Amino acid sequence: MDDPSVPDDKAVASPIATLAEIRAGSYYDSVVLMLLQRALAELPGVLDAGVVMGTPANKALLAQSGLLTNALQGAAPEDLILVVKAESESTCRSALARVDEFLATRRSNQTGAYRPKSLASATRMIPEAEWVLTSVPGRYAAGVAREALNLGKNVFLYSDNVSVEDEISLKDTAASKGLLVMGPDCGTARVSGIGLGFANRVRKGRIGIVAASGTGLQTVMVGIHRLGCGVSQAYGTGGRDLSAEVRARSARHALALLEEDGETDAVVIVSKPPEASVAQELLSEAASCRKPVVINFIGYVSNEDRNSAPSNIRYARTLDETAEIAVRLTSASGSQGSYGKGSFTSQATAPLSRLVPSPEPQGFLRGLYSGGTLAYEALFLLQDSLPLVRSNGPLPGGKVLDNPHRSEGHTIIDLGGDAFTVGRLHPMLDNELRIRRLLQEAQDPETGLIVLDVVLGDGAHEDPASELAPAIEEAVAAAAQDGRTLPVVGVVIGTDADPQGLYRQVEQLEGAGAYVFTRHDDAMRAVACAFAGGGEGRHHIPPELKLCVSKSTGDVSNSSAFAAINVGLESFTDSLRDQGAEVVHVDWRPPAGGDERLANLLTRLR
Amino acid sequence: MATSIDSANTKAVERMVEARPVLTGMGKALDLIPGMHENLLLHAGPPIAWEQASGPLRGALIGALIFEGRAGDEEEAERLIVSGEVSLAPCHHHSSVGPMAGVVSPSMAVYEIENRTHGNRAYSNLNEGYGKVLRYGAYSEEVQERLRWMHEVMAPVLGAAIESCSGVDIRALLAEALHMGDEGHNRNKAGSVLYTKQLAPHIAKAAPDAATAADVIEALGDNALSVLNPVMAACKAMADAGSEVEHSTIVTTMARNGTEFGIRVSGLGGRWFTSPCPQPVGLYFPGFSAEDGNPDIGDSTITETAGLGAFAMAAAPAIVTFVSGTPQDALNATLEMYEITAAEHSSFTIPQLDFRGTPVGIDLRAVVETGITPRVNTGIAHREAGVGQIGAGLVRPPLALFTEALVSFAEEYGFQ
Repeated sequence: MDDPSVPDDKAVASPIATLAEIRAGSYYDSVVLMLLQRALAELPGVLDAGVVMGTPANKALLAQSGLLTNALQGAAPEDLILVVKAESESTCRSALARVDEFLATRRSNQTGAYRPKSLASATRMIPEAEWVLTSVPGRYAAGVAREALNLGKNVFLYSDNVSVEDEISLKDTAASKGLLVMGPDCGTARVSGIGLGFANRVRKGRIGIVAASGTGLQTVMVGIHRLGCGVSQAYGTGGRDLSAEVRARSARHALALLEEDGETDAVVIVSKPPEASVAQELLSEAASCRKPVVINFIGYVSNEDRNSAPSNIRYARTLDETAEIAVRLTSASGSQGSYGKGSFTSQATAPLSRLVPSPEPQGFLRGLYSGGTLAYEALFLLQDSLPLVRSNGPLPGGKVLDNPHRSEGHTIIDLGGDAFTVGRLHPMLDNELRIRRLLQEAQDPETGLIVLDVVLGDGAHEDPASELAPAIEEAVAAAAQDGRTLPVVGVVIGTDADPQGLYRQVEQLEGAGAYVFTRHDDAMRAVACAFAGGGEGRHHIPPELKLCVSKSTGDVSNSSAFAAINVGLESFTDSLRDQGAEVVHVDWRPPAGGDERLANLLTRLR
Repeated sequence: MATSIDSANTKAVERMVEARPVLTGMGKALDLIPGMHENLLLHAGPPIAWEQASGPLRGALIGALIFEGRAGDEEEAERLIVSGEVSLAPCHHHSSVGPMAGVVSPSMAVYEIENRTHGNRAYSNLNEGYGKVLRYGAYSEEVQERLRWMHEVMAPVLGAAIESCSGVDIRALLAEALHMGDEGHNRNKAGSVLYTKQLAPHIAKAAPDAATAADVIEALGDNALSVLNPVMAACKAMADAGSEVEHSTIVTTMARNGTEFGIRVSGLGGRWFTSPCPQPVGLYFPGFSAEDGNPDIGDSTITETAGLGAFAMAAAPAIVTFVSGTPQDALNATLEMYEITAAEHSSFTIPQLDFRGTPVGIDLRAVVETGITPRVNTGIAHREAGVGQIGAGLVRPPLALFTEALVSFAEEYGFQ
């Protein structure tokens, strides 16, 4: 506890106080932590609150907000940190005293049907489940995934911070059992018409997708839907699958599944640039695929490769273009599907003549992304327009940001990066981190233009614009007070069928003064133009495609039965249920309460 | 190594489940209980000295010495025990179990259970019913009078009736009672009626006169716990059948002496792991509160050890008000226990769970891994001797017991 010298009894005009508490070896679902943090922050007299696990990254974030007290410096990653800044020390105290009450309220809401505590019991309750979703903290994730494989289940491994050794051994085990492991760090998939993790609601159709990137996959799915077509299966592989170590184990398996799938006519492969030899292997497998394959390695493929591509392979430059090519290929192949028969009509994705005003002369770009691949695509698409863009996940040879919490010059940040998500929720679920950063950037006189992506769909925040729009307004106003104009560009990735409502999200953001796009590549063109001194910031429609939406709205609801077991984030269970899937949620706790010595002993006794 | 644990556990639990305890007779503790002698008192739970004993246990020890004619009052009784002239030992060390204080003295009548599958035997005292009773530490003249009637009048008739009906198959009786809303620990209403019904004609024949027969049948029939003691002895016979299996991590004893909770593990022989008893959480009778309650006491946790009691809670929705709230909670209680048990009972089934067998065989490893400790349905005793039962509820043994036992197991078998 800090500042014991502050007298308690001075209720009037007592100085602002910050009190913290550490709970060693506690584990809570990060959604629970987020809700608790909000509940504390909303208490009267409380100015700010932090409820996070004590990872170095989280401590750095607390320090940014002035919440890292001396007492918290020593917190370990498995410690739960509770910190409250309030008008008085007594307010801090009473807020902290209510923590258990808030946690208990949450628990008492969970009455009713039994929640199994282990995968084995869950399997008994829902033996037909073929998939296990895992989003437990990284150091436990491999154990859960291994158990799932041993029970004969495919694995959707959302968790990150899983070692590469574990990843390889899991994928080898899976291969030996004919099972698929998607992940680790797999954010998105769509299986049998059901979205796993963060997934947009799109039509069932005849395009299959293999993606080593979550938002890459989402953007392509959304693009396909917008063009009136649909998706058969979309398999994620995890971002490291195409590395030299993992050698595309999951991607190759997924490609083989799609080649055999009778409901798939064309295959899309999306990834950040793979390791060179892995790319060659995957390309040669794609070349021998009996179906047309569209590849987007985001800037990896050279023009020579493009020209010498095998006949069944097409390369795409942007994610939205990837969707367009895939749609063209499936319609060309004459296959029957629920998607458009014949001519596409045009769907307005955003006001066509949207111009983004130029930033202040000395202003820099600040891209605050929740989607890693979108951030990466932004770097790629802007590399010719803007000199030296720093990032926490730069292009090959690009400049790494010294401190991810502090922008410098042109900066594009992936707030879903590991440094930001250890022990806390992904920014697609929890807007708080991004809002703090947005306001921080707005205060910075060097900030000239801000880009935000807003990713919709199941699994994501239920109404992100409702929280981001007021923050955008505040940011714009803060800059205005300084006598600066600060254009904010919003890119909404979502479909008209997504639970958040695409148009409702766009309206709210526009209402706050943002310049909103629904295609990322359009937004990047507009941003480039704005920095080039205005001009052609227009929505871009490729001339050869008179797109988009067909009259057939198609069927976004699934027809086939899908059953799964979810271990980890409760929001995944809720979203599966919303989509009509059968799901059993495992009330998971770390083995032996997180005591590593005992957990190791148990492993030996198993 | 691990496979040897799994197969040892399978063996231990199979033995527990295959055991067929039959109530075969009744006699004096001194004659039947192995190791019983004139200067020995048995009590519930792990070993304990007078100095550490709680109110109810002290009261029951005093009452038993008065009943034996060894002491005239409290001081004399205490002197006998403190001087070492009369020694104390856990029931569990003598193939016995007793509810609450669980005190058994040499001349008390005890039930004898025979495990027809493996041949081992187990013993328990007679149930006194409700109100001021020795098992809650009461020892007044009224209590003594009741004890004398039970031992001089009831026990001979009951013993003869049990022999005359060639034994009562307690496993079969329990299986039926579970289908009638019992869980075998806090609720033995159906079982006690079944028990009385089976013995009644034999009591009528064995009793010296009709009035005695009527008194004995009434005493059995009015007491919804009359079958609890034979049930506990039956569970003891089942648990003992699974004990002392090398390499097994199955818990074969859970018992409380009012001060400490103790467990024993199949693969660790007779070794006790103990820690201070938690206070049960539950409902108190009008006029009493948690402040009046004694820490948990009794050997009746042998029912949970054998896959009954709170483990069979789903079968007994009528008593959920004591421990939680809704029939769904009763189902959840049993479902939770499957997470820490090695098997499902082949004889004890639960209609509400589509006749799934009750969870049986607590695996130390599963308890430590999940952090789920066994649930125990329990009665709550007043902390002062002789007041009696003041409530009922739920208690869980401290997790530390299981952690300590697991670490010892690993040391014992060289897993460190």
